[in-house]
Formats: sequence, structure tokens, C-alpha cells
Amino acid sequence: MLVLALVLLAALWELYKLVIPADGVRIGDTLILPRSDDTSMPHLSQIFGAFGKQEVAGAGGTVLSSVISSVWYSLRLAAAGFAVGVVIGFLLALAMQRLRIVERALLPYVVLSQTVPLIALAPLVYGWSGNLTLFGLDWKPWMSVSAISAYLAFFPVAVGALRGLSSPPPVQTELLRCYAASWWQTLVRLRLPASVPYLIPALKLAAAAAVVGAIVAEISIGLSGGIGRLIISYAQQATGDPSRVYAPIIGAAVMGLVAVGGVSLLDVALRRYHTHQEGTW
Amino acid sequence: MRTQAVWAGRIFKGVWPPIIFGVGFLALWQWFVEVRDIKPFVLPKPSAIFDQLRLQHDTILTAARITGENALVGLALGLVVGVTAALLASRVRALDDMLTPLAAGMAAIPIVALTPIFNTMFASTSSTPRRLVVAIYVFFPIFVNTLRGLRQIDPVHAELMRSYAASPWTTTKVVRLPGALPFFFTGLKIASSGAVIAAIVSEYFGGLQKGLGPAITSAAAASAYPRAWAIVTAAIGLGLVFYIAAVLAERLAMPWQRPQGELS
Amino acid sequence: MVTAAAVALEGVGKRFGEGPAAVQAVTGIDLTVAAGEFASLIGPSGCGKSTLLRIVANLIEPSEGSVLVNGKPASRARLDQDYGIAFQSAGLLEWRTVQGNVELPLGLHGVGKAQRREQALELLDLMGLADFASHRPSQLSGGMQQRVAIARALARRPALLLMDEPFGALDEMTRERMQSELIRICAETGAAVVFVTHSIPEAVFLSQRVVVMSPRPGRITEIIDVPLGARDEDVREAETFFATITDVREALRGRSPVAEEGPA
Repeated sequence: MLVLALVLLAALWELYKLVIPADGVRIGDTLILPRSDDTSMPHLSQIFGAFGKQEVAGAGGTVLSSVISSVWYSLRLAAAGFAVGVVIGFLLALAMQRLRIVERALLPYVVLSQTVPLIALAPLVYGWSGNLTLFGLDWKPWMSVSAISAYLAFFPVAVGALRGLSSPPPVQTELLRCYAASWWQTLVRLRLPASVPYLIPALKLAAAAAVVGAIVAEISIGLSGGIGRLIISYAQQATGDPSRVYAPIIGAAVMGLVAVGGVSLLDVALRRYHTHQEGTW
Repeated sequence: MRTQAVWAGRIFKGVWPPIIFGVGFLALWQWFVEVRDIKPFVLPKPSAIFDQLRLQHDTILTAARITGENALVGLALGLVVGVTAALLASRVRALDDMLTPLAAGMAAIPIVALTPIFNTMFASTSSTPRRLVVAIYVFFPIFVNTLRGLRQIDPVHAELMRSYAASPWTTTKVVRLPGALPFFFTGLKIASSGAVIAAIVSEYFGGLQKGLGPAITSAAAASAYPRAWAIVTAAIGLGLVFYIAAVLAERLAMPWQRPQGELS
Repeated sequence: MVTAAAVALEGVGKRFGEGPAAVQAVTGIDLTVAAGEFASLIGPSGCGKSTLLRIVANLIEPSEGSVLVNGKPASRARLDQDYGIAFQSAGLLEWRTVQGNVELPLGLHGVGKAQRREQALELLDLMGLADFASHRPSQLSGGMQQRVAIARALARRPALLLMDEPFGALDEMTRERMQSELIRICAETGAAVVFVTHSIPEAVFLSQRVVVMSPRPGRITEIIDVPLGARDEDVREAETFFATITDVREALRGRSPVAEEGPA
């Protein structure tokens, strides 16, 4: 059915180009339906054709190879940020579960942080590169991008992990108390497995957030080599070749799907492990 | 009267840890920057940020108004389309089968990256591309959550309606729609804060250079970091305003619900 | 003129599923409940008593046999709203007030606003809940919610009440109070009742006849007349009460020859 939906969307696109006038539909002065000429809305064939064109006329690789290498670059940055964000988020969730006072002091901020545009901080991190040394390492521009990814991934993980760690009902936590189990044992044997169904959706959210963070950070920092930069530069070339800008955007979409898909793979791996556990302990 | 005192006491008890933490955090920040002589481009002083908020409040408010308008229009549009789609999808199975996997996929995709496409479709001097991006961004949480609410029905209520020989439309009107409200508001809370986020982020992708996003970038580029941070604070404030408005709307529309804890 | 029996079941059976995996929920049910009579269905889990009740309510179609309610086919009786039903969970709509909940069946069938209000308040008064008309369900205890559900079941003054373990979730003391209330209300309204329960004392206290069922396949094993007159609190301590309870218990156990050797 998803395929049908995509096919319908494609058909709708071409139908729109056929039916709506080239200049779009206006009410008074404002354009309410977009223009349908080939510059504003290239044919689907043109969009997919753009991948095959050479990036710079007569030299270098194709648009496709450029998109792929940019996506790979950005994906690694996002992954680094994701990893850092997940670890710190999870540690914070552990602290909040262990010490109620930490939860009461920090949780409102963590929850609220999901409602505010933290991404607005992205340009501010720009100033760090070239001027900061942390733990003996020079702060490179790419670290700013990963830092923002980490920052955005951190919050959903902290909330989801806390929810998951707190999810076992009293009947189960009391049982482990009867066994004189330590906090650590309770964590490993009960809370961690119980938190998996909450962690997975949180990790998916964090992965998507890390991807968006990386792309936006690249744009505001001006980091070349990544997909964000590629989108902007192709967009600036739009007057010359309007269908080209779709290529890196599709690449960015694929990047997001790969990131979330990666977490889904983890889901499959963990699910099996989780259900097997019931027999072994 | 005693219950009011108990209630006030409970709020205070819940509120003091985060407040103390917040104040302490700001104090520590201020001290740290002063003592270690941190340069503003790394981290400005809270006092400097606050000063800029005061001095620049006109410019900041104008920028916030523009971004806020985009967010609001996009939110309204995404709301209407999202609820309509959910209502249709709850009745037409085929539509559900098509839209739901699409929604799951779109949750993984950086929707804001679509802005350049819209910039070419419409004039890049119009606000429509950003509003469209916000609308698309908002559509998905509204659609997914409202549909979930419309699909679920307490089995006891379903049997009760059948015993009343109620028509499917009557059952929807009397039971499904009110029952779907909590789910709709879950989606609205996500969508309202998301609208501000999407509005700001879409501003980074070129187009009109008004609004909070470009203001932050230009302040950063001019190395006016306290001002940049002040604008960021305003952006965070805008996000909070939208979120709080959604929470208030929820409390107003569903007076029968007891206030829920933050994690529920 | 002979008043039609409240419920007339002839050769009723219900099979779930197909082929070798099919489950015979009930089979060969012959039962007549006279107008104004109180009959209980009692039996262990899986004996089909709830299924049977739902067949009478036309919430499930029987696989064989005929079901007449008030002299009409069950589907007609449901469309004509000839019965009221109460389930184990009260199933109140949390977004309506208590009064609003009792008004639900009235509003669904075109009763005007003023008349609805009057009838609802009258019913709440009958149940002793007039003071709680404007409360929300979440503010009431389980017992009170169940009383509202019963008031709602009585809203259209039906000739037949169907009840599926309505007191099951309540504690023993509340249960006994509710049983006495129910007897009083049935006396006042003259309604027939088919009452599903798995409590033997409850069945004996409430009914004129106790229908004993057993599982695999669900069927009626015995129908026991309860030789008690008007039910008041003293009845709970009468010898005949305990004797009938023993009678029902033995019927449930299957009246094995060993059991019959014991003292009567």
C-alpha cells in the first residue's frame, strides 16, 4: 500500500503539472498554488535524470556520486553525535531513576527542552571551531556538527530511557527486593530489559533528530563535504539547473531513513535477545 | 480550604527543585565565565545576554513576530489537513493503509530540507515555503495521534452503543470523537512546539532573511554573541509560548481530566 | 390477554470458529423467563453464561435456535429498545456528568432536552444519587459508578434488564447493599431481570429461579426454584436461604452420588 501511495503521489505531481497553469494560481497578489512550469516543478524524469548528470560540466563525478559521498560524510557526523547523545542521555536517565531529587530538579527542563527550538543554537557553535581546545584536542568544525546532533539526540533518549527504567510495576520491583537484590542487579535484571520497548522509539526519534541536527548544523556552520552544504549550493544553482536541487534533498531523506532503519535493526536484534532472557534467568 | 492549602503545598514541593536548579545553574554559569575569563564566542555571561534582551527587544520582537506568524499559519494548516485526513483514514481502510506507512517514513526524513524546493516553486520572497514546511511537519504528529484516538474505543462503550442500536455515525459522534480528544491533544502538544522549531529551521535554508533564524546567524557572523544568545532565548521563549498555549487548550477542552504527571 | 414472556429461548446454540478448532460456547438452551421474573445464570468460567446474555441482547447471533424477547425476535427487540443492559465495568463516558450519562440512551432516541433532564433526575433519585447529578464519573467510587450504570439501564423503563456480573468488581459489603437496592428497584419498576453471576449467595438472594450452567459445551444442567418470599435483610440469615445455597452448590458440582450421601 505504501508503494501505491508513492505511485499516487507521483501521478499527482505530473497531473498537477498538466492541469495547473504555468504561473500557478493566485488569489489577489499571493500565490496559493505553486507554479507548474519546468523550472519550478521539474518533471519526475528530469529529477531522476539529474542524478546521472555530471556535477561540473565536463569534469568530476556525477551528481549521484557527489550526493552519496556527502550523505556518507554527514551520516558519520550524525552517528558520532548520536552515540554521544545516547550515552549521556542514558546516563542522565540512570541518575534520575536512582536519585529522585535529580529527577525532580532536571526532568522539567528535559521535558521542556523537547518543546523548544534548540536548533537555534546551531550558529552559535560556529564560533568554537579554530578557537577552542578541549582536553588537548583542537576543536574542529566537524565537531560542532556532531555536538549539535548529540544535543538534539540527548533529550528524547533521556526521557524515553527514564520512562523505560521506571516502567516495571511495583509487583516486580518488590519481588526483587524480597530477593535482597542490589540496585545494580535490579537494574541489569529488571529495569534494563523492561526499558527496551521504551528505548527503541526514543532511539528512533533521536536518530532522526541527529540527522536533522547534522544537516542544519552543516548549513549554519558552512561545513563543506556534507549533504547540508550540498543542498544549499545546488539551491543557489537552481536558476541554471532547477532539477538538481532535488538530488541532495532525496539524499537527505535517504539518510534519515537509513539512520532510523539502523535503529530498527537494533530493535530486531534486541527483541530476540530480550525474549530469550526469560528462559535463562 | 484545607485542600487548597494542600494543593498549593504540592505545587511548591514540585516546583522548588527545578527552580533552585535553574537559578543555581545560571549563577554557576555567570561565575564560571567570569572566573575563567571565557571569551563570549564560546559562552557569554548570562548578565550580558539579559542586557541584550533589554536593549534589543524591539528588533527581537519584530523577528519573533515574523517567525511566530509563519509557525501559526503552518500550524493551523497542518492541523486542519491532519484532522481531516485522520477522520477520513478512520473510515476508509485503504487510505489508512497508504498514509500510515508514509507517516512513519516521513518521521525519519528531515522535512525542513524540503524548503529549497518550495522556494523555487513559490517566489523565494514569499513566506509560503516556510509555512508549507511547517504545515507538513505538523501534519504528521496530528494525523498519527488523532487517527490512533479515533481507532480505539473502549469495548464496553462499543457494546453499550450496540445495545442502543446506535448507527455508526452516532457511535462516532457520541463515543469515538470525545474519546479521541486526549490523543488529539497529545499530537497538538507535539505539533505546536514542532511548528516553532520547523519555522526557525526552515529559515536557515535561504529565502527571506527576516525572522529569528537569520537574526541569530547574522548576529553570530558579526561576532555579537551576547545578542545572538539573546535572540536564541527569545526563540526558546516563543517555543514555550506555543507549547503552553496547547496545554491550556487541552485543559479547557477536557475539563473532566485530572491533571496528569509529566511522564504520563 | 397473556403477557409475552420477557425472554423465550428455544434450542439456542452458539459455535465460535470453524471445523475442528470450533468451540461450542452454548448448546441446546431452552429457557423461558416470565414477565417481571428475576432469573440468574450461574456457572463456572466457560459455561457460556455471558455468551447467552449477549445472545439475548442481540450483541451476538446464535448459530441455531430461536430467541424471542418480549415476544419479538431479539434484533427487533434491540431496535425497539425493549431492554436495558449493565456490564461488569460501569462503562460510563468520562466526559459526561453523571446526569449526562443517564441521559445517554434517552438522547440517542430522540427524547427532548427538558424531558431527558427530568427523567434522568428521577432515575438518579430512585438510585439515591440525586446529589451527584453534576459530578463526573472519575469523582465517584466503583459502587456509585455501577449504580449510575444501572440507572442508565433503567432510563427507558424497559420491561427487561440484562446484567452481566454488575457487582463483580465490588467488595462484599457494597455488594450486599447493591443487591437490596436492585430488589427494591425491580419491585418498583416491575422489570424482568436476567442476571449473570458466579456468586451463589447473590444468585439465591436475588432470583426467583437460578439457572445452573456447566461448560464444555455450555449448557443448562438444572433450574432451581428459590422458595423465598419477599427479600429483605433477614432473608440472608434464614435457614431456607442456606438450604437453597447448598442446593445450588450441589447442582454446580454435578450432584454426584457421593455428595448426596451427606446431610441435607
